[in-house]
Amino acid sequence: MQRTKEAVKASDGNLLGDPGRIPLSKRESIKWQRPRFTRQALMRCCLIKWILSSAAPQGSDSSDSELELSTVRHQPEGLDQLQAQTKFTKKELQSLYRGFKNECPTGLVDEDTFKLIYSQFFPQGDATTYAHFLFNAFDADGNGAIHFEDFVVGLSILLRGTVHEKLKWAFNLYDINKDGCITKEEMLAIMKSIYDMMGRHTYPILREDAPLEHVERFFQKMDRNQDGVVTIDEFLETCQKDENIMNSMQLFENVI
Amino acid sequence: MAAGVATWLPFARAAAVGWLPLAQQPLPPAPEVKASRGDEVLVVNVSGRRFETWKNTLDRYPDTLLGSSEKEFFYDAESGEYFFDRDPDMFRHVLNFYRTGRLHCPRQECIQAFDEELAFYGLVPELVGDCCLEEYRDRKKENAERLAEDEEAEQAGEGPALPAGSSLRQRLWRAFENPHTSTAALVFYYVTGFFIAVSVIANVVETIPCRGTPRWPSKEQSCGDRFPTAFFCMDTACVLIFTGEYLLRLFAAPSRCRFLRSVMSLIDVVAILPYYIGLFVPKNDDVSGAFVTLRVFRVFRIFKFSRHSQGLRILGYTLKSCASELGFLLFSLTMAIIIFATVMFYAEKGTSKTNFTSIPAAFWYTIVTMTTLGYGDMVPSTIAGKIFGSICSLSGVLVIALPVPVIVSNFSRIYHQNQRADKRRAQQKVRLARIRLAKSGTTNAFLQYKQNGGLEDSGSGDGQMLCVRSRSAFEQQHHHLLHCLEKTTCHEFTDELTFSEALGAVSLGGRTSRSTSVSSQPMGPGSLFSSCCSRRVNRRAIRLANSTASVSRGSMQELDTLAGLRRSPAPQTRSSLNAKPHDSLDLNCDSRDFVAAIISIPTPPANTPDESQPSSPSGGGGSGGTPNTTLRNSSLGTPCLLPETVKISSL
Repeated sequence: MQRTKEAVKASDGNLLGDPGRIPLSKRESIKWQRPRFTRQALMRCCLIKWILSSAAPQGSDSSDSELELSTVRHQPEGLDQLQAQTKFTKKELQSLYRGFKNECPTGLVDEDTFKLIYSQFFPQGDATTYAHFLFNAFDADGNGAIHFEDFVVGLSILLRGTVHEKLKWAFNLYDINKDGCITKEEMLAIMKSIYDMMGRHTYPILREDAPLEHVERFFQKMDRNQDGVVTIDEFLETCQKDENIMNSMQLFENVI
Repeated sequence: MAAGVATWLPFARAAAVGWLPLAQQPLPPAPEVKASRGDEVLVVNVSGRRFETWKNTLDRYPDTLLGSSEKEFFYDAESGEYFFDRDPDMFRHVLNFYRTGRLHCPRQECIQAFDEELAFYGLVPELVGDCCLEEYRDRKKENAERLAEDEEAEQAGEGPALPAGSSLRQRLWRAFENPHTSTAALVFYYVTGFFIAVSVIANVVETIPCRGTPRWPSKEQSCGDRFPTAFFCMDTACVLIFTGEYLLRLFAAPSRCRFLRSVMSLIDVVAILPYYIGLFVPKNDDVSGAFVTLRVFRVFRIFKFSRHSQGLRILGYTLKSCASELGFLLFSLTMAIIIFATVMFYAEKGTSKTNFTSIPAAFWYTIVTMTTLGYGDMVPSTIAGKIFGSICSLSGVLVIALPVPVIVSNFSRIYHQNQRADKRRAQQKVRLARIRLAKSGTTNAFLQYKQNGGLEDSGSGDGQMLCVRSRSAFEQQHHHLLHCLEKTTCHEFTDELTFSEALGAVSLGGRTSRSTSVSSQPMGPGSLFSSCCSRRVNRRAIRLANSTASVSRGSMQELDTLAGLRRSPAPQTRSSLNAKPHDSLDLNCDSRDFVAAIISIPTPPANTPDESQPSSPSGGGGSGGTPNTTLRNSSLGTPCLLPETVKISSL
């Protein structure tokens, strides 16, 4: 009878949730929780495996890499932002972008394309070396490509900038290695590239040492302390004292 | 998001009402919709042809030109349109992409032009629909192959353009590979061809039977046996020439290992080796059989003609490119031969006195039948044998006929490639001349503009204003750019005729000057006149140009150009420039600092009393010369790039 009662009590406790049987209920709860944990872990594991298996082929798919390559395209900032960064009007920016977009549909100009474009203006000579220096002057961040923002910011300095800004830009063009001073080798390279744009058929006949003579004259004028290099201060001071240079500053302000 | 799904977005959002009773948290507020902008109709003007569409149609693809704020750069506020100076026929396909989400490839258009339009509008070529994708890729691949072939042809064409200073080895190799480049190469080419023919004919004639000698009338001998000395001498002469040619080619080859491994080199070796082996092999009966067999290889000399025949080379290329097709042909024939030989053997096995004694024996019958030769030395007797023989004959026609058109088409393709390459090579001179003419056109336009007085600083005259107004703005600005370059370098652009005249003038001036270079080279002027275009002339001209006389003449030329006084429409001769009085020189110096600045640059320190007076006023203005040119140099290219960039399409 007692055994029967105990059995009945035990079953009653299970069914009714007797508070007196708390240890039993705890055991039951523990037993129930373990399968849940296992099932969840299994599901998570499957999910991770599925994600990994689905991700792996994409990495090796060549068409995806081709897609990525062909979508390299630069979109310019909005007209309002560019107007704030430069001194151009909206109409001028539109005109500039139309020409830029036609030559460079992807929105980026690499150095070879830039050389091709620039060389079309000097068909009788070789303008590639000078175009190389010019490209580096416009490529502000030095990443090997000019986008429209670089282009208009550079033009804004050249067309609408102050005299000081223009002279600094010119100095930066001559300073090939961007170390803050111009050496005779750097200026000779610049001068040779400019003379190359003349081509062969000139009058008087172009001598091989004409660029070197030109460099010597430049240094005689600019290099005030005769130390062999021209610093930005020497350059600015001498140019600002030269009346011809200052008068010629406005020559190209009406190009657009 | 695909375009087709965008239409259902309002439906999906409206259906979300069903979530309201179930929501555990309040739903977020709806984004503000600018209804007017969504319903706006945009007008896109592409080179005068107007296209109209809803704004939200274009907004579906924000990464593209029309779907982003990038199109605002092309907005024309006056007409209220977006204007694009592009191909309107292509734009139809671009706009249809925005409407349907699928990009279709126009069939009649150039695939390169299509790609350029896609790049402009920012569309990815992979968006081409499945219906057009295969054709698009095929045409793109075909285009790329054609361009690659043209590039290879151009690189091959660059070979003859080797500089004159190349080494003996390079010149020798060029002579061997392109015999038409020089007379000696052509002579050598024909001589070797002649000796190849002689060698082959001698080998053939050697086997013809000759009439008997008086001593043994009944016995017949071949010509080789009757006249051994004559044939040996002829063979020796041919082999010596072939050996010399082979060694010269080996010496001249750019890559000797590659030359040794080439087919033509192996043919050369096989052609001359039997002779040398024959020299060292003793004439006894043990090795005479092997030696006679080795002499068969002399017939390989006929393959040396491959170097002299382009058709044979094309055939070689065809066989090389058809290696897989030929392999397939061989494989299928082999399979058929084995199958039918086996069948024929077992069909004829029961017959007595049959020639089909084994399966390999039946191979001969099968080959003869499949190639439809039918010699008749092995004939089936049973009905089954005849049936299978017929099947063998018919299937042979199929097995051989199917791969052959592939080989023929390959030959045709390579043949036409060669023809096009030859045509391109022939037209290269004309093409380069045309390019040079187009390049000089720009310079000539500039020179013409200068002669008309367009570059004069004072543009107040009515005639000059009319002259200037007739030019386009682009041309005016470009000419100004070139003029700036002239001022920066103190040199003027000239055409080739004037350049040649300047060379002559320099030599004349050099003769009259007192410099020692002319006296030390008494034959200099003669050689200058005899070969005006050689490099040595340029070098001498440069040395002569260092003299004072030529430099001062340059100064006067600059003065004349700048001042523009007393300038007649016809260009003045050099003698009148020399006769210009010094008073006008002083007057020009005093009139403008700009002129003085230019004078000071080329003028060296004065050495004679005649030069002292003009140099002293220029000393004052000299301080402005170099910085001025330097500044102009700095601002020269960059801002002028702008209008040319804008108007580059008209160039």
